[in-house]
Amino acid sequence: MKPILEIRHLSIYFTQYERGFRKRRLPAVRDLSLDVRPGKIVSVVGASGSGKSLLAHSILGVLPYNSHVEGEILYDGVPLTEERLSGLRGSEIALIPQSVACLDPLMKTGAQLRKGRKDQETRERYRAALARYGLGEETEEMYPFELSGGMARRILIAAAVAEPPRLIIADEPTPGLDARSAKRILGHFRELADEGAGILFITHDLELALSVADETVVFYAGETIEKAKVTDFADPGGLRHPFTKALWHAMPEHGFTPAGGAQPYPGTVKSGCPYAGQCPKGRADCRSTEEIPLRNFRGGMVRCLHPGDGEKEELV
Amino acid sequence: MRKKAFMFMAAAVLILAAVTAGGIFLEPAAMETDFSKTNLAPSGENLFGTDWMGRDMFARTIAGLSLSIRLGLLTAAASAGIALILGTVSAVSGRKADAVVSWCIDLVMGIPHILLVILISLACGRGFAGVAAGIALSHWPSLARVIRGEIIQLCQAPYILTAEKMGVPRIQNAVRHMIPHLMPQFFTGLVLLFPHAILHEASVTFLGFGLSSEQPAIGVILSESMQYLTTGRWWLAVFPGLSLVLVVILFAMLGEQIRRLTDPASVHE
Amino acid sequence: MKHRLQFAGKKLVRMALLLLGVSIVTFLLMCASPLDPLQTNVGQTALGSMSPEQIEQLEAYWGVGTPPLERYLGWLGDVLHGDMGTSLLYRQPVLTVIGQRLGSSLWLMLCAWLISGVLGLALGVISGAFRGRWPDKLIRGYCFLISSTPVFWLAILLLLVFSVWLGWFPIGFSVPAGMESASVTMADRIHHAVLPALTLSITGVANIALHTREKMVDVMESDYVLYARARGESRLSIVLRHGLRNVALPAITLQFASVSEIIGGSVMVEQVFSYPGLGQAAVTAGLGSDLPLLLGITVVTAAIVFAGNLAADLLYGVIDPKIRRRAAGR
Repeated sequence: MKPILEIRHLSIYFTQYERGFRKRRLPAVRDLSLDVRPGKIVSVVGASGSGKSLLAHSILGVLPYNSHVEGEILYDGVPLTEERLSGLRGSEIALIPQSVACLDPLMKTGAQLRKGRKDQETRERYRAALARYGLGEETEEMYPFELSGGMARRILIAAAVAEPPRLIIADEPTPGLDARSAKRILGHFRELADEGAGILFITHDLELALSVADETVVFYAGETIEKAKVTDFADPGGLRHPFTKALWHAMPEHGFTPAGGAQPYPGTVKSGCPYAGQCPKGRADCRSTEEIPLRNFRGGMVRCLHPGDGEKEELV
Repeated sequence: MRKKAFMFMAAAVLILAAVTAGGIFLEPAAMETDFSKTNLAPSGENLFGTDWMGRDMFARTIAGLSLSIRLGLLTAAASAGIALILGTVSAVSGRKADAVVSWCIDLVMGIPHILLVILISLACGRGFAGVAAGIALSHWPSLARVIRGEIIQLCQAPYILTAEKMGVPRIQNAVRHMIPHLMPQFFTGLVLLFPHAILHEASVTFLGFGLSSEQPAIGVILSESMQYLTTGRWWLAVFPGLSLVLVVILFAMLGEQIRRLTDPASVHE
Repeated sequence: MKHRLQFAGKKLVRMALLLLGVSIVTFLLMCASPLDPLQTNVGQTALGSMSPEQIEQLEAYWGVGTPPLERYLGWLGDVLHGDMGTSLLYRQPVLTVIGQRLGSSLWLMLCAWLISGVLGLALGVISGAFRGRWPDKLIRGYCFLISSTPVFWLAILLLLVFSVWLGWFPIGFSVPAGMESASVTMADRIHHAVLPALTLSITGVANIALHTREKMVDVMESDYVLYARARGESRLSIVLRHGLRNVALPAITLQFASVSEIIGGSVMVEQVFSYPGLGQAAVTAGLGSDLPLLLGITVVTAAIVFAGNLAADLLYGVIDPKIRRRAAGR
């Protein structure tokens, strides 16, 4: 099936001043490419601070004013311009945001969901959407501070699905929820995908991502380092990048081995692989090579000079 | 952008310094009367015209601005000092001290500024001392509040908590670790106090509670000009006032630039 | 409801204590003044020609030589009496003088307060919504210029332009000179109050607009506005639905906090336009060492300022859904 969303070599920069006069461009996301097909869930996994939310904001065209975007975003095969976006935002393309802080603290839920429309049809549509997630009419009269975390999350999902979307961008929709509630929320996503929507699921939680997604993109310091099918995560041998492998080993059911070191901030690594500092198999050229391309490797993609390094099957 | 900001700041400081120095230098000329050329409209020789005693309005204006700037610097510094001390005391010396200071803040904020300055100036017998005390003692509350808030926030910082655990007394802690941290806010607050101080000095002097009428203060000049407005001597009021506005704007912009440069949130702009 | 009443009661007690503090501080400051009321009001030469008995009489009238504590307690007694003592310059009960003066000032201040509040809010919201673009630059420039301009000089300029050059408005006084107060029409009053009210409004706008702008900028950068944008709400809808709503609470505080500034401004403006209001009376009382009157004016204005703060606090409770719902829950 043709992808609903195609992102080609997307980079997001911020202009910043350092102490004094120096102005510099800080790359927050570098050379990101991915496709989302209808009915599929693509998860983007990365630690906080790796620029994931910016990805969501750039698709919706709501980045801060001091940012600058390079690359291409295609929706339904056609470039997504500001003009097109203004008709699609909130209807065909829906965002499920991170936190309850995304609700206006001084506005009742119902009025907020309806975006200022007061006609009977809109009213009923949102009422039905709330009901779908087990929320009664009384929810509409509540202020955000009166909502529990789980309720708020369901409201945000209801807001996204009331006008049936073709693309849903879920930006970390489960933090703060216990495992059971999180699983239930993810169940809703699967349901929406099965109804035909394409879903971009952004999270820091690899385990959660694997439990629901069809494909996973791993983010490290603002760069896409690997694209893999969920089935590739069955054992570390199926994975390509050393960081992804480290992530795999850090999962509770795989021994909880912590990955050493801290992820550098986007933009602080001037050249070479941002993971080179912590990579157990890093070599000299990992640091010296200016641009490491994202390339096809074993059915997925990887941004690593020596992806198969040290593996037995590779030697054969 | 930033380079321009620094250039601007340097220029502003230079201009203000020049006006201050020029005013001291021009003070004798400002007092000099010449009855052969009274009430002259502005011309090449007398840029701002002359008054009914033939005094050169340009010299009087510059001398007045110089006086205003010096008084402004003095009172703003004194006021900021009071704010720093009271803000710190209020934040670190327990609940009682905090209650007393915040009561004082409410009290000072409750009386309209100009009335309070008038009252304090009266208590000090008007004149230079009166207006200086009036402004110094009435402009500290908002900065004191800012400093108090900052210190309370800093008190929760891990390195302060650690120092406290290690038995460093609170006051010492405040002086050694927190006040250096506060310097940007303090300095910005101080510079932003100048325009207020200068404006209030001129206002109080204008009303007759400030500098005495013999001094070439802007407030005095403008108050005298009131009598000649209906006879069409507009230059007596327009130029001195305009110059005062320019000086205040320079100070305000200087403060704004400093605030921007020290404010971490503005790195994106 | 009970909770709200308790809150209001606590605030009232605090207010009363603050007012007492204001009166004591004002009294002490005036007592500390080295200026001799006899010299300022009667004059050196006149004093020289008077007999010692006359001078003694005058000294008693101006309160020279009476112990401060006794004078203060006497004043407090007058307050409880309901007239706040007698003005030494006007030879009328202080409360009567204040009542008359406040009557004509109130017009001025109320107009300025409303205009600067509404206009300031509107400009601040526009400025914040268009952050960094030309409407913002224009509005900020205006505010910057105005807040750097002394009120009294602005008043002089307006007087120069509109009264002296254009002759549209009278030079001073709240009513035409020499007219019986009974025959003064509403139109006359308004005619005389236009320029002072305009001056006060022009200056008042700047502060409110700048502060509202800051809040608006915060709101526009908030997560909920980002989300509203992502949901396809138009800029106009965001400003009207989310912006105004969230700026409203701080705007109330600002609006009531501006009372103090308006009163301060009216002192200057009334002086320039020789408008016989409370501000002018304060200046006269100050210059003439009229202790009871200046004390009375200070306490009354402070009471107005505190009442403004209290009103803001109470209104907050009515408008903020968090406080409202909590109160309803009890």
